[in-house]
Amino acid sequence: MVSLIAQLGALTITLLKELSGIFWMLKETISEIVECIAEHRKPLRLEHFFFQCERTGVGSIPMVILLSVFIGLTMALLTGYQLQIFGIVTLVPAVVSVSFTREMGPLFTGIVLASRIGAAYTAELGAMSAGGEVDAIEGMGIGALRYLVAPRILAIFFLTPCLSIISIVAGICGAAFISNLMLQIGGSFFYDQVTKYLLVKDLMAGVVKSFLFGGIIGVIACYKGLSMRGGAVGVGNATTQSVVTSICTVIACDSICNIIMITFFP
Amino acid sequence: MSAPLVKILEMRGVKLQFDDKVVLKNIDLSVYEQETLVIMGISGCGKSTLLSIVLGLLRPDAGSVSFKQEDLTLVSRRKFNQVRMRIGMVYQNAALLSSLNVGENVGLPLQELSHKTPREIDSIIDEKLELVGLKDARGKFPSELSGGMQKRAGMARALALDPELVLFDEPTAGLDPITSELINELIITLRDKQKVTSIIVTHEMESAFALATRMAFLDEGTMILEGTPTVMRESKIPIIREFLSTYAAHNQ
Repeated sequence: MVSLIAQLGALTITLLKELSGIFWMLKETISEIVECIAEHRKPLRLEHFFFQCERTGVGSIPMVILLSVFIGLTMALLTGYQLQIFGIVTLVPAVVSVSFTREMGPLFTGIVLASRIGAAYTAELGAMSAGGEVDAIEGMGIGALRYLVAPRILAIFFLTPCLSIISIVAGICGAAFISNLMLQIGGSFFYDQVTKYLLVKDLMAGVVKSFLFGGIIGVIACYKGLSMRGGAVGVGNATTQSVVTSICTVIACDSICNIIMITFFP
Repeated sequence: MSAPLVKILEMRGVKLQFDDKVVLKNIDLSVYEQETLVIMGISGCGKSTLLSIVLGLLRPDAGSVSFKQEDLTLVSRRKFNQVRMRIGMVYQNAALLSSLNVGENVGLPLQELSHKTPREIDSIIDEKLELVGLKDARGKFPSELSGGMQKRAGMARALALDPELVLFDEPTAGLDPITSELINELIITLRDKQKVTSIIVTHEMESAFALATRMAFLDEGTMILEGTPTVMRESKIPIIREFLSTYAAHNQ
């Protein structure tokens, strides 16, 4: 019992340390940007931001589309077979489109980005830390957080909602395809049902969550990369921790968001 | 009558420890304008740590570090960054940004910290690369360069903003004698022609005596000797005698 309490205590301390580290990183990033503006220097290079957008967003599109189509397809198929038992298979377009827009699209995009981009950010910043590049940037007075962290967090923050929308469209298209093929639901009927049942607030819920997920993944990935210790093994460990922590946090935040949205914006 | 020596950097009672391990104990050190101070000592004695403290990458647990009479342990980060612009650092492993080519690495501090136009930046990059003999390598990435070329590129980057003080961390370690000589000549040119003050951390005896106008010896975090190269050579302190004689024996 005592050891369990001690373990819980140690876990809590670690969690608080990590949280304080993340808040410190965010605060310092913002203050470096503000200082830069005060000195009439560019706080952020647009080319860095667009480069990160390109690899975060454009580079992730094929994977997001491919996986979303298959998930939409599977979701429609399994839902359809269950609903056929009750004779309400015509509800498939509504069920799939609403659930994909509110839940599956943003969550799935978050998981894909945590694995693909979060891991890349952590490994990259970790390797830079290990190679002394981060210290070199800091030592020049450039501000490593402003230079390295800000473009990455901003890119993933703004690109996650865009990718979520692509994921939603791809998922619904996959569902429409399989519904036409195996559930005898025609394309035009599917489209009518989607436009009838899918509301703007569903889309808004998905977009708001996507911004949050993007921010969470970016912050955790950058923090884990910069706080990495111990060479190549450290980079590997930090990358694993980054992906696991990001995915767990995204899923936990998704649940909290759903509870808040269902309670306050039914 | 010679002009009075002007202190550019002063460390007083600097102490640093990581957990239980004391790395630097009560370090007092002064660096004067246009001198080349060489800090020697066996590996792990805290030489590089000392440079990290000067550059603000590590904060001392006690003591003060003043650059031109301004206590760096008390200034804001914004002010410290302004001071960092006047200090260049050449890292032991060069620490070039691997995603940028040599020209971009050298231009990085100019782009980020100065208000110069792209054309001005371009010409400074050419000038600094020419100084270190790397003008032809401007478009190459660090991974395409040899160790010596990387160090020279690191030196060009450190000099980009025309700093008043340049810190060299093992500038010739692991290099062949010809490249070492080239780097030593560059450091001397900087001192004699551009009036740059340098602090060099090294345990390469040949470079140390070739470059130093003053020397210091660090042993287990304590500065045990500070003086001219002659004072160092004639020191009777056992660890320094052992250090110098072992090196001499090794080179015979």
